[in-house]
Amino acid sequence: MIIKILLIAAALGVAVLVLREEVPGQREASRRAAGLLVVLAGIIAVLWPDLTTTVANAVGVGRGTDLVLYLLVTVFAYSALATAQRIHRLQHDVTVLTRELALSQAPRSGGGELPLRPEAGTAVGSAAPQEHP
Amino acid sequence: MSIDDVCIIVPVYNEAQTVATTVSDLLQSFDHVVCIDDGSGDGSAELARAAGATVLRHAVNQGQGAALRTGFDYVLLHTASSYVVTFDADSQHLVEDARRMVDRARAEDVDVVLASRFTGCTERMPLIRELILRTAVRFTRMTSRLKVTDTHNGLRVLSRRAVQRIDLRMTRMAYASELLDAILPAGLTYVEEPVTVIYTDYSRAKGQRNSNAFNILFDLAVSRLRAAP
Repeated sequence: MIIKILLIAAALGVAVLVLREEVPGQREASRRAAGLLVVLAGIIAVLWPDLTTTVANAVGVGRGTDLVLYLLVTVFAYSALATAQRIHRLQHDVTVLTRELALSQAPRSGGGELPLRPEAGTAVGSAAPQEHP
Repeated sequence: MSIDDVCIIVPVYNEAQTVATTVSDLLQSFDHVVCIDDGSGDGSAELARAAGATVLRHAVNQGQGAALRTGFDYVLLHTASSYVVTFDADSQHLVEDARRMVDRARAEDVDVVLASRFTGCTERMPLIRELILRTAVRFTRMTSRLKVTDTHNGLRVLSRRAVQRIDLRMTRMAYASELLDAILPAGLTYVEEPVTVIYTDYSRAKGQRNSNAFNILFDLAVSRLRAAP
């Protein structure tokens, strides 16, 4: 019974994360700590195999293997999401860089002699470069 | 008579077949044509430059929304243009339509003139495309509260004020809806002008896939959900 509540909470948690720009726990320190924790848990589970079943029974799951599987699915969903969002942010950064590069290399007077604004460099999008002689 | 206070922005992505004609046609009526080459690999940028356009280049393909935004920033930074026209490079649009829309923007002093292929005459539009576009129109009429009859038409006229106020974040095709949704909140005025859109075999092969409608909806839904909290 307890496991049902935990798993539904985890699923809802993932749903909330989908809607957020950034998954929490993305800082270097938290990721390293989580990684070490997983290693530790793995060693303990290998040394005392029955322990997973004991924990499983405590939360209402029959077998330790099942509990491990549930944990795996939850962690996988979280990590897939975190990765997708990281890629999304990188994509955004690439767009900003590409646009800025295009603007900074723009011909000042190419085909058709564009009239320059007297007070150029005002009121532009945040990503636009602002270098004017 | 050539128009010199209007900047035409043409997003270009692998349009080697049509970009030179598009640019030279435009230059007959307008003094300033700026092509944003969105990382083309077929020499479109050189062709556009040879045809007389100012060419800005995205080193990597970033999508039409990003290309237009780069064009808008360029206009604000480097030109004194009073109006900006967005114009597709695949020779779907007619230069005379763009001219008429600019005239109308001036005459009626509106910020945005949108082109509509559904009140104008549209040649050789595939039925399935028409169904998808009409659904998109219904959806956009709800979200943007604009009384428009066409929503994903690449031909638009924007006043300088409109370019300053509309901030596009969508990089791919969803920018078209984003732009429309921003018009009323930004306090801008708009009208719709009937135009001709020519569906050639080339533009059909080059243009948006119908399945992309799903991607557009998805992009919009996610951005809306993210904006909510």
